[in-house]
Formats: sequence, structure tokens, C-alpha cells
Amino acid sequence: MSVIVYTDINNGEVVKASLEAVYYASKIASEKGGECIAVVCGEIDNSKLEALGNYGANKVVHNANNTTDNGQKAKLVQSIANANGASLVIFSHDFAGKAIAPRVAARMNAGIVSGAVELPQFNNGLVVKKSVFSGKAFASYKVNSEVAVISLLPNSIDIETSGASASVESDSTDLGDSRITVSELKTKGNGDKIDLTEAELVVSAGRGLKGPENWGMIEELAELLGAATACSRPVADIGWRPHHEHVGQTGIAIRPNLYIAAGISGAIQHLAGVNGSKVIVVINTDPEAPFFKAADYGIVGDAFEVVPKLVEAAKNFKA
Amino acid sequence: MKILVCISKAPDTTTKIAFTDGDTKFNEAGVQFIVNPYDEWYALVRGLELKESLGGSVTTVTVGGAENDPIIRKALAIGADDAVRIDTEANDAFLVAKEIANYASDKGYDLILCGKETINYNGGQVAGLIAEFLDYPFVSQATKIDIDGSNVTLECDVQGGSAALQCSLPMVLSAAKGMAEQRIPNMRGIMAARSKKLEVVSPSGEAATSEVIGYSLPDAKSECKYIDPENAGELIELLHNEAKVI
Repeated sequence: MSVIVYTDINNGEVVKASLEAVYYASKIASEKGGECIAVVCGEIDNSKLEALGNYGANKVVHNANNTTDNGQKAKLVQSIANANGASLVIFSHDFAGKAIAPRVAARMNAGIVSGAVELPQFNNGLVVKKSVFSGKAFASYKVNSEVAVISLLPNSIDIETSGASASVESDSTDLGDSRITVSELKTKGNGDKIDLTEAELVVSAGRGLKGPENWGMIEELAELLGAATACSRPVADIGWRPHHEHVGQTGIAIRPNLYIAAGISGAIQHLAGVNGSKVIVVINTDPEAPFFKAADYGIVGDAFEVVPKLVEAAKNFKA
Repeated sequence: MKILVCISKAPDTTTKIAFTDGDTKFNEAGVQFIVNPYDEWYALVRGLELKESLGGSVTTVTVGGAENDPIIRKALAIGADDAVRIDTEANDAFLVAKEIANYASDKGYDLILCGKETINYNGGQVAGLIAEFLDYPFVSQATKIDIDGSNVTLECDVQGGSAALQCSLPMVLSAAKGMAEQRIPNMRGIMAARSKKLEVVSPSGEAATSEVIGYSLPDAKSECKYIDPENAGELIELLHNEAKVI
């Protein structure tokens, strides 16, 4: 049984979350004794497509159409799935996956499980575990349709590379007319900053910092560690920090390897956005702050004294 | 402008998550249900703002049993004109979207708004499924929509930033933070909601494609290791040598 994986590109590069999806799809394909076929839409160097073999793709089907219409991309994915008799289609549960995966599910009459956190089990039909209640629990879903669509929660699995190369096949499926036109793409903040949704390390701060002018030390620590910056909801709401930095239940959910939170008490809504982090460090003056219950490392102290010490230590560590 | 807003119920954000029946059902005992925040704060309120500036109507649609009626009344109190409840169990995104698409297919809605996901199932699939079932254009995670005649301009979150888009009606969108500001219903709205029409319709009988067979909670976190604030710099060493994350 072949497994199809939609592989998203941004600025001529495959996005990290899609590399995880390719690896995930290849694991399923090898268990089922089939091929892992990556579908790529848009202009990208051939060498980068061949390199998907490194993550487990056997074959890459590439359509150079630069469309931004998720309807056209869904049409492409379905056509390649049908051509290869695939009954399983994988996405990353990222921006692209959230837009395209449901359309593919509708087109293929497929049950869809989004936000999967581990490989599916096949001993009792197809069962896959996903994150629910904003990261506070997991649910195991059994898919009863012939075709299934699964989207993988970013940063949920560890990937290994093999050094293999994938064969690349060019596709010219007619995708019809685009119904969505992009007039402008804006990258957030300054271009060399690390994107929060892809960041492995995140330094975050909240109301405890008392004002936007005090973020210098947070940014400095983040830069020294190679981390992205984030913030709590109140801080974004009063305009101290941009909205795209707001992590939590109503902002974005992140799952970095390290999350350092300074001056954030850890309300349940904030925890929902960060509790998938592998290691959590909490810095707060209040020893009763609920965030310490979710922390791996805690420092009970004033961020204005603690963070500069961390900056010094990070400088020494780098040296 | 005929606007349809998809509304779902969700447990209040402070709910303690627990399960019953051998971990196969969410324990609803004592749980306060609210309108899913993305549906209410962003999709519904933006729908009302568009109606206020362009004229027309805002209808809400919910798939589920009578236990949803209180949250539907809340949406009516905030300002929706009328509501529809499709009377079947809503435990599968495919089924929910198909029922809504079947209902909407001959009603001529110009715009269908959904929240970007529910805070209980975090699927985020219903809007995209409806769009494909109706063959409408779809904008996922939209943070802005303005309509000028047949010209629709939007902004949405994308990998690494945001995009400004153009689209035409009819269309479907899923709404993310930034789309609108939360509205608190006033007493007049609450009184008026009691007499607004809540139509209960029979489902078209779509089959679910998936089912939850069990729930589990994450492994308990190990004890927090405290570091003396005077020697805060030690943390960097621990993160490198012990946690191995830097």
C-alpha cells in the first residue's frame, strides 16, 4: 500500500514540519510494504526534491504550479493518490495542512484525524492517537472509511535521516482555475528572526516584565540561545508585543524542545499552548505561581535579576 | 449578505479534563459549556460586523442535540438573527461538515464562517470540509475579511508570516485571532434571544467516518527542580548537560 504525503514548500525550501510528515509517512509505508510518495506543488530546485529521500520518500511527484489555492492543491493530492491506489494520505498539521487536508478528505470520502502524535496502529483497523483538549489529553481515533487522511502534529516525532535519494517525477495535472489570489506575503518581524512555530528553543515573557521597554534582555537571551521569542496573552492584548508572539489556547500552540517563561504565572489557558514543550523553565517571583507545577526547572526570583544572569551564563557558554 | 456561522459547544477553558466509562467518554459532570471561543469571538462577531455594515442576516448552525441550546441562545443574545440545529450526534468532523453542507447547499449563503478549531477536539477540519463539499473557495486561519461589492479581501496566517488575499463570494473561512473583538451580550440581547427562532432540523443521515475508542492523559510531570536565583547561571549548564536541549 503506497502512502502519499503532501510536502509543503516556502521560499524554495521544504518546511521542517513537512520533513517530519515525510518521515512519518515513510515509516507507515515500510510497515505496510508500500512506497512513500511525496507530493510537492510549486517551484523548487530538483536537488531539494531528491533530498526528500533522506527522510524516507521513495518517489517525489512534483507539479511546478505556484498556486496558493488550497482547492487546486487538494485536487493535485487526490489525483496522485488515485493514480497510485493510495488509501492513506499524510499531512503536517501546520498552516498548509490545515487548509488542504480537509479538502482532500472531502474529495476522497475519507475519515480525517488531525494532530496525530504517534504512528497509527493497524491491528484493529486504523487507530491513531491525537492531541485533544488543547494538549491536556489524548484521544485514540479509529477510522472506519476506506481512505484515511492523517495530519501529524509538528515536533511530535524524532526523525532519522538515511542519506538516500528520491526519484523525481514531473506532474502536469490540470488543476483548473485558482479562486484565490495572493496580493502580498508579509514575513513577521525582521526576516532573520526564528519563526516561532518552527523554533526548537523559545524564550517567553509576560506581565511580570512590567513594560515593553524591558524586553531587551529577553531578546538578548533568545538571540544567544538561538531561540524565538514569545509572550503571554495579556502582553499581546495590551500591545506590548505583537499578536503573532502570543502562545496559549487562543494564540498559537507550540511544542519546542525548550520553553523558558519569565514573569508568566501559567494560567491554564497559557499552559494549553505550551505543555507539549519537552523542557519547561519557569522564572517567577511568586513561588505559588501555577506554572511551577508544569515546570522541569524553576527559579523563584525576580526576572530583572535572574534573566541578566542567564544572559551572562549564555555568553560564557557560547564562548 | 447572507451569512452562516458554524457554532459548536466546548468546555469552559478552565475545565479539569477527566474521563468516564473506562476512559472512553469525556466526563461532563459539573462542566460548564461555552460557545467555542474561536466560533464566538472571531467568526460570529465578524459576521455580525459585516451584517451591520452591509445589511443582510446572520444565521448560526450547530450540529448536535438539545444540550446545545443554551450556547445557541448565547450566540443569539450576542446578535445572530436566527439559529439552526441539526439534530444528530456530532462526534466526527466529516459528518458534521457534511450535514452543514447538505443544509446550506440550497440556501444561498454568501459567506460561511467557522472558528479555526474547537478547543476540545482541536481538529480544525470542519471549515475546509464544508468548502470542498460545496465546492467553494476556502481561506484557512483568516485574521481579517473585508467585503466591498463582489470584491473580498482577506488576511490569513501562513508559514512564516501572513498573506493578503483576494477571493470571491460565496466562500468559507476559518477565523483566527485578530478577526474581531469579543462582544459581551447585553440585557436587551439576552431578552431578545428568547424569542428568536431556533429551528431544529432532521439530519440527512450521513455516516461517521471515525470514532474515539479511548482517551488518555499525558504522563505526570516529574518534580520541578529549583535553582537558587543567586546562581541562576547554573541553569544554562543544566540545560546543556542534564536536559540536553542546548
